Amino acid sequence: MKNKYDFLFAGVGGQGTILASDILCEIGLRCGYDVKKSEVHGMSQRGGAVESHVRWGEKVYSPLIEEGKTDFLLAFEMLEAARWPHYTAANTVAIINRHQILPPSVNLGQAQYPEEKEIESILAGTGAKVVWVDGAAKALELGNAALGGVVLLGALSIYLDEPVEVWEKTIAELVPAKFKELNIKAFQAGRELMQK
Amino acid sequence: MKKIMSGNEAFAYGTYLAGIKVGAGYPGTPSTEVLENYSRYPGAYAEWSPNEKVAMDVGIGAALAGKRALVTMKHVGLNVAADSLFTVSYTGTNGALVIVNADDPSMHSSQNEQDNRHYAKASKVVMLEPADSEEAKRFVKIAVDISEMFDTPVILRSTTRLSHSKCVVELEDEPADVAVEPAAYERNASKYVMVPMNARQRRLVVEERLKKLAEYAETTPINYIEPGSGDIGVIAAGVNYQYAKEVFPEATFLKLGMVYPLPERLIRDLAGRVKQVVVVEELDPFIEEHVRLLGIPVKGREVFPGIAEFSQGRIRKHAAATGLVPKEADTPIFQTSQLPVRPPMLCPGCAHRPVFYALQRLRVAVMGDIGCYTLGAAPPLGSMHSCICMGASIGNVHGVDRAGVKDRTAAVIGDSTFFHSGIAPLINLISNGGNSTVIVVDNRITAMTGHQPHPGTGWTMMGKEVPNVSIDALARAVGFKKVDVINPYDFKLVMDTIREHTSSDEPSLIVSQYPCVLNIKEKKPAPAVDLDACNECGNCLRIACSPMTKVDGGVRIDPALCIGCGFCASVCNQGAIKVPN
Ligand SMILES: Cc1ncc(C[n+]2csc(CCOP(=O)(O)OP(=O)(O)O)c2C)c(N)n1
Ligand code: SF4
Ligand code: SF4
Repeated sequence: MKNKYDFLFAGVGGQGTILASDILCEIGLRCGYDVKKSEVHGMSQRGGAVESHVRWGEKVYSPLIEEGKTDFLLAFEMLEAARWPHYTAANTVAIINRHQILPPSVNLGQAQYPEEKEIESILAGTGAKVVWVDGAAKALELGNAALGGVVLLGALSIYLDEPVEVWEKTIAELVPAKFKELNIKAFQAGRELMQK
Repeated sequence: MKKIMSGNEAFAYGTYLAGIKVGAGYPGTPSTEVLENYSRYPGAYAEWSPNEKVAMDVGIGAALAGKRALVTMKHVGLNVAADSLFTVSYTGTNGALVIVNADDPSMHSSQNEQDNRHYAKASKVVMLEPADSEEAKRFVKIAVDISEMFDTPVILRSTTRLSHSKCVVELEDEPADVAVEPAAYERNASKYVMVPMNARQRRLVVEERLKKLAEYAETTPINYIEPGSGDIGVIAAGVNYQYAKEVFPEATFLKLGMVYPLPERLIRDLAGRVKQVVVVEELDPFIEEHVRLLGIPVKGREVFPGIAEFSQGRIRKHAAATGLVPKEADTPIFQTSQLPVRPPMLCPGCAHRPVFYALQRLRVAVMGDIGCYTLGAAPPLGSMHSCICMGASIGNVHGVDRAGVKDRTAAVIGDSTFFHSGIAPLINLISNGGNSTVIVVDNRITAMTGHQPHPGTGWTMMGKEVPNVSIDALARAVGFKKVDVINPYDFKLVMDTIREHTSSDEPSLIVSQYPCVLNIKEKKPAPAVDLDACNECGNCLRIACSPMTKVDGGVRIDPALCIGCGFCASVCNQGAIKVPN
């Protein structure tokens, strides 16, 4: 067991970052870690940028991740991935969902949505490793756009040693009962995308 | 058994375990989920009151009748309830009275960043501050014990970071069923009727009580010294303790679970063990000033800023800059400011949108209020021009009009906000001969904080059906003659009504009524855009509805996001946006 893992989730209000980070937190607990997580509710949920911090460790004090020290960045949306370079370091893996939600200024034609390359170069500043995941496409293929987050969790699970059964059992217990099978499929799809 | 709980879930669990039977509050981020979670426990009675003062009074009543009571609110809510708090401090409470009050450093969802520890000192009431969910659970019972032992209300302080972060909580045995004694009201005028003669007597009791509480603070197990090595002694409470443990892992700590009154001997004890005392606290130098008064040299505000919430990163940066901890390698500076921002927005199809668009078109100066509808201040709608605190709009517009402003003016206030603190200023408008226009944007629910019922909703938080208070009937009853109830999606009617009311010399009220579409999950088919008919005037983009995107030759509506309200179609002069029949 490694003595700490930090996971920073970034996305847009309504994308399901809270549920996904809850699942990851619970998995940590079941695998014997002390866990904490933190997010801000309220105003930011009306389509604003959202972040969520999950920490696993032998003993976790702060519910927040420290700048420059996250092990993983899980971005549910591409532009949101680019907002967090100051949390990354050379050992950070940034797993990014290839999915765009245009902010109002872009909708109105007043601002430019950054290119994939630009996002990569922003994160490359610290040497973070960028991994693109076609989570949104996979989710649509499975018939529900909301599954993108669980596809990302599948991708993340490849980097960790925790047993797949714990992941699947926890997901099955925490998602709404009628979407259980679909979510497990999405999780497995995320793993397969990484193994290709 | 262990369970992961947020601070708010843990407060609720602790409330249940502590045998608290009556809970009252008014929603407000980050406090809302305390009462919501508590209401789901067996045997709980919980209510959303119309505002925090009413909630406090309900809690006081239950406590005076001998039951244990919980009152919840956000930091600014205590401003509203302060009048009751300052005097229940004198009367004492009989049954326990526990007030969970959540501050919001960094103003994640608030209009100011006040530090409510001052309220404990000013009202001479105990304040406890847990540092994680496990403590949030445990401290409720401790608060109940202190309240009953010392006959005092107790404030449990939270912050956004505690309320909304999650960690591991030990589950406990079900609370033993305390023999249910019928509530009884003790008739004791000298204790409970605060006329000056009685209050002067109680004033002495309060002072005695504070002395005993200061003594209790020295010995309670929730204030303790954690011996360390090295020269630094850190004093911290709440989530700042967690941050400080990461930055000063070797230091000796005085961990405070009780932030008012403060334990003088423990502080001196810590100072005696170390070369340098450091206070790590967000917002005001509340603990630091106390330590200074004891004549102990201390580093606090001279090292750490007094604005916005802390994190271990922020504390480390400032501690390193003043040599308290070694510097870490500099992290590179990143330029992310050129990225497009993503501000919160009104939901697709929100019924507040047409009202603000009309106010913009009619160039009305709008005194606003707090709720989802405050997003009407953001560009491109940009049609709210003041927002001070809940209930301020109606008094503000009356003041603006009395000052002789010639523009069209109006107050815009939400329905929950109206019931919270809009009724007294509405009566003021009539009873002082005012002529202002008030617009209530009535979406039948308290939307901003997650859809809680209010007096206009017709059901309670426990799911009971009750009479609903009609806003238009209330206005007529207090003397308004010009009152109109309109459907906000009938845009011509919205324009005509606002134009007419704001030009009239009479005091008047408009209720713009349609349920919050997020709450009722409304979803009708999206309109189609006829690109040939579109002349790219950009009108529809100025309503700022997120499904609409500018594309070559016109606009596109994302059918996945659009809820089919049809408002964009009614602002298109070319008839290019067609609502499916
Ligand atoms: C004194 C006080 N209590 C609580 C809050 C938190 N708060 C902000 S807006 C709001 C309710 C708004 O509801 P409503 O007026 O119905 O507008 P809506 O959000 O539904 O548009 C609450 C509870 C606050 N800012 N101040
Ligand atoms: S939650 Fe309701 S009131 Fe608030 S912005 Fe969304 S639709 Fe409008
Ligand atoms: S119909 Fe038009 S205004 Fe209504 S939700 Fe859809 S895009 Fe927005």
